[in-house]
Amino acid sequence: MALVSIRSVNKVYDGNVHAVKDVSLEVRDKEFMVFVGPSGCGKTTTLRMVAGLESITSGDILIGDTVVNNLPPMDRDIAMVFQNYALYPHMSVFHNMAFGLKMRKFEKPEIDKRVRNAAAILGIETLLDRKPRQLSGGQRQRVALGRAIVRHPQVFLFDEPLSNLDAKLRVQMRVELKKLHERLGTTAIYVTHDQVEAMTLGDRVVVMKDGIVQQVGEPLELYNTPANKFVAGFIGSPAMNFADVTLAESDGKLWAEAQGLRIGIPGEIARRANGRNGAHATLGIRPEDIHLAGPTDPTDLCFDAEVEVIEQLGSEIVLDTRVGNSAFVASVDPTLRLKVHDRLKLAMNPARLHLFDAGSEAAI
Amino acid sequence: MAVTAVSGSVARPIPRLRRMEDERWLAFALLVPTAVLLGLFIAYPFVEGVLLSLNSTRVGIKGEFVGLKNFDKVWNDSIFRTSVWNTFWYTGVTTVFKLALGLWLAILLNRHFRGKALVRAFILLPFIIPTVLSTFAWKWMFDPTFSVINWTLFQLGFITQRINWLGDPDLAMTSIIIVNVWRGVPFFAISLLAGLQTISPELQEAAAIDGARPWQRFWHVTWPLLLPVTMVVVLFSVIQTFADFQLVYVMTGGGPANATHLFATYAYQLGIGTGLLSEGAAVSLAMFPFLFLIVVVQLLYIRRVETR
Repeated sequence: MALVSIRSVNKVYDGNVHAVKDVSLEVRDKEFMVFVGPSGCGKTTTLRMVAGLESITSGDILIGDTVVNNLPPMDRDIAMVFQNYALYPHMSVFHNMAFGLKMRKFEKPEIDKRVRNAAAILGIETLLDRKPRQLSGGQRQRVALGRAIVRHPQVFLFDEPLSNLDAKLRVQMRVELKKLHERLGTTAIYVTHDQVEAMTLGDRVVVMKDGIVQQVGEPLELYNTPANKFVAGFIGSPAMNFADVTLAESDGKLWAEAQGLRIGIPGEIARRANGRNGAHATLGIRPEDIHLAGPTDPTDLCFDAEVEVIEQLGSEIVLDTRVGNSAFVASVDPTLRLKVHDRLKLAMNPARLHLFDAGSEAAI
Repeated sequence: MAVTAVSGSVARPIPRLRRMEDERWLAFALLVPTAVLLGLFIAYPFVEGVLLSLNSTRVGIKGEFVGLKNFDKVWNDSIFRTSVWNTFWYTGVTTVFKLALGLWLAILLNRHFRGKALVRAFILLPFIIPTVLSTFAWKWMFDPTFSVINWTLFQLGFITQRINWLGDPDLAMTSIIIVNVWRGVPFFAISLLAGLQTISPELQEAAAIDGARPWQRFWHVTWPLLLPVTMVVVLFSVIQTFADFQLVYVMTGGGPANATHLFATYAYQLGIGTGLLSEGAAVSLAMFPFLFLIVVVQLLYIRRVETR
């Protein structure tokens, strides 16, 4: 059993910087959990507290059934992969991978077996005699992974392990990490600022901001039902459109109104927004949920927009449009022939509309 | 040049600036200042020194060629033998202590604490003060009658009699070693600190997670990575200490009874003090093969460490 429980954990640096605020979450056995958020959100600090590299100001961290608050890193049965690999430059690949086992006084044959095994999994058998500086970025990354694997730890900790790789290699390693996790089944906590990595790797994802957990959930859950405006804007690319609107009731229907925009709020959200007549709110809709209006689209979901920028991506066209004093990005059919300053009628997918409170930014 | 040849016209003298475009000329021109300086201030005195040691020159008397007679005489000189032993002992003991203390200080200074910058600057003080001045201060501190060290030891009840620090041959050597260590530790500490700061803290963390205890982290990670810097620092220090002069000259003048002479101070006493210029030259030249050997061995070692 290797579940990791983080219970009301706080981290305060030098008595005034509150880096992690009352974080509570459970990482289940064999789960691949991703912490994602902008820099300075406390995700790395939380990971380092789990690793034992950072002390806990208050709260408890459990690995399995053991409270590890005061255990040194070596006694926590974890392995960590660092952003800059942190390979020992004076040791060969073999000794880099063997170091942890040597420190734990494993027998030589066992060390040899485990290192060669891990090297085979990672495809680096031919590099065992090399020094880290003779390796490419991707190879170093594999060695760093190998050093973690040989230990057979209860938990893997990853601190932005792919951020130093070029874009193509990053995608490739992402896939390999996913396969590796499926093969080993070890509980993993993975920190990244890249929401694509979070969405593709995570069984579940923790979105953090300013030291506070914003939402914990499966990737699609975060995408479909973000808990607040921050999560909505952070997950998904291109990012969700937001427009400041005023809510108004008329004709027995709730409307979101802004200059050049009057959208009828569909039933479910309208019910939750009951009693907010006249209130300010933020309307959210993802670019992929806006399309060119056709004859079947109800008029209360349509709006007129002027094209400002056209980004032709081949698989889609990303349009930057202006609607009154709001801006909307729409992802539309790549076969359309459009020009800048064209005026279009666009429509929103009613099932994919989001509404956020103007003050708390929580989803309505 | 090729252009003039092809056009078939009479070869004109090449203007001086054009000549500089030829890399051989440029290289020569750039090397001249260095070569002149090295020749004038290093090669020439060295050759003169060698010639002097093969002569029988004294102050005021132009000598004649005597071959290796001076070296033979010096070899059978008991004071010379003492100073050879002293020099090795002095260099060996001080280097060990300077390295150990310097490394310890460097590791302490590599931590984060309030007033770090100030302490680091403070550490350098013994290194900055002119050696002659600080050595005079130490000489007073070691004075048997007015010594602050004796006074302190007496007040604390460790001694009942005055210790004659600089009057006893063994104690005098120990005193000199203490002062040299005091003066040399800052150089080691600051240089090693600079070396430590090039080692990524992530490596320590990785080793901690790998299960290495603090001592193992030092031995398996910090020390091997610091070794190239350490070797360079030790090399510089050994050369300087081996040829040290000021400290012994000021503290004891080589005494008591010639017990604390080093190569340099004995060469000075013989050559300048006594006026036997050629014998003094022979003594200081005797230092050369030892130093040369030390430097070669260490440079080879540094190269090995850096390429592995």
